Amino acid sequence: MANEDIQKGLVDILVEVAGVEANDVDLDKSFVDDLDVDSLSMVEVAVQAEDKFGVKIPDDELANLKTVGDAVNYIANNA
Amino acid sequence: MTSPEVVVTGLGATTPLGGDVASTWDALLAGRSGVGPINADWPERFDLPVRIAASLAVEPTDVLARVEARRWDRCEQVAVVAAREAWSDAGAPELDPERLGVVVGTGIGGASTLLAQDDLLETAGLRKVSPLTVPMLMPNGPAAWVGLELGSKGGVHAPVSACASGAEAIAWAYRMLVAGEVDVVVAGGAEAVITALPVAGFAQARTMSTRNDEPERASRPFDTGRDGFVLGEGAGMMVLERAEFAAARGAKVYGRLAGIGTSADAHHITGPEPTGEGAARAIRKAIRTAGLSPEDVGHVNAHATSTPVGDVAEAAAIRSAIGEHPVVTAPKSALGHMLGAAGAVEAIVTVLSLHHEVIPQTLNLEDLDPKVQLDVVADEPRKAGLTAAVNDSFGFGGHNVALAFTP
Repeated sequence: MANEDIQKGLVDILVEVAGVEANDVDLDKSFVDDLDVDSLSMVEVAVQAEDKFGVKIPDDELANLKTVGDAVNYIANNA
Repeated sequence: MTSPEVVVTGLGATTPLGGDVASTWDALLAGRSGVGPINADWPERFDLPVRIAASLAVEPTDVLARVEARRWDRCEQVAVVAAREAWSDAGAPELDPERLGVVVGTGIGGASTLLAQDDLLETAGLRKVSPLTVPMLMPNGPAAWVGLELGSKGGVHAPVSACASGAEAIAWAYRMLVAGEVDVVVAGGAEAVITALPVAGFAQARTMSTRNDEPERASRPFDTGRDGFVLGEGAGMMVLERAEFAAARGAKVYGRLAGIGTSADAHHITGPEPTGEGAARAIRKAIRTAGLSPEDVGHVNAHATSTPVGDVAEAAAIRSAIGEHPVVTAPKSALGHMLGAAGAVEAIVTVLSLHHEVIPQTLNLEDLDPKVQLDVVADEPRKAGLTAAVNDSFGFGGHNVALAFTP
């Protein structure tokens, strides 16, 4: 899957789960500091991303995904 | 030395009669019922004897942001909806967050979330269980979310005393204000559990009306034909302030919370003390802390849930603590029984009755139970200039709360 498609899919999840504005999402945005996604919502985002992209995101990997770009790269490399 | 006065400066509600205070009040005076068939498949699926309830007039999901709705149990949703209205109605007072308290009670809390997430765990496994499960089901959730919403740092509390919870929250707020802990408290109750298990449980306890073919006539407090309560859902919130603080900021004042009384029956886990003496003790205490005498109390907004035993016990309590003179009404005839929200919404109705000098009628009162021996408003609203009114609330567990209001 192309990185743009992964980003688009991730944006849909962030809008649904965390109420993020789609236009606010860029690759360099931090989930916590920029998009105000709290730790509870991050768990939901991860579960939905796993289902959507057929990828496993263990908790210790999830902790390293600070930005949207981190998540897109992780999914692209592990799906 | 007299206690500092506590005044009511803001009101908010979402109920089976309307999505705010004004529409709820208008519907009460118009004699409309909020009771109807339960719009779900589970009453039939589980062959429940109860097929009716008083569901919200306005879905909270229609007025909340989508993500708010997603993160909150329904009881938290209605709590925030009502709190926003009350806060705005009070003029959104500016104050030191440490001088703002929040007290929001609930009877059952996020039971719907508990049940739904347990179903998910059983059928889909751990991965599908929401990380928000605990904050959604905890009974302090409605209080906590209202506290976060308003930035309260002066103390956020969640009294749980079944159907007295909403009134207990207001009593708690009174104590915080009189003690000088804070200047303003947002207080009330929230409940939203029109779901299969609570209905099944109440039905098994034989406490609910089964007048399924006539939903609007099912809740009939004080009437000889009553056969149990009708479950409702909703929330009511009040902004209460120390009078001097309200005066200093030029707030409009609906009335005064003049006194509170609480007591316990020490009799039975669900049944009221049949003589009503437990309830009477709470009423007497409210009148006493208000510095009133029983003759001053011209109106009682009754708890009266439409159960055969409870209504008669309350009538005895009113006669014993106040006398036969007060004009009585029972809003649950129209609103159903909103459990932990009931006391708060009915406190709002009591305040508005004093403020507008009119008492809404009790619906379905066609044949007053001769054991009641009180002047219960039936058929149409009654105009009445009043010196003071008492609002009763009682809960499973033998919790009794009485609130005394003056104009």
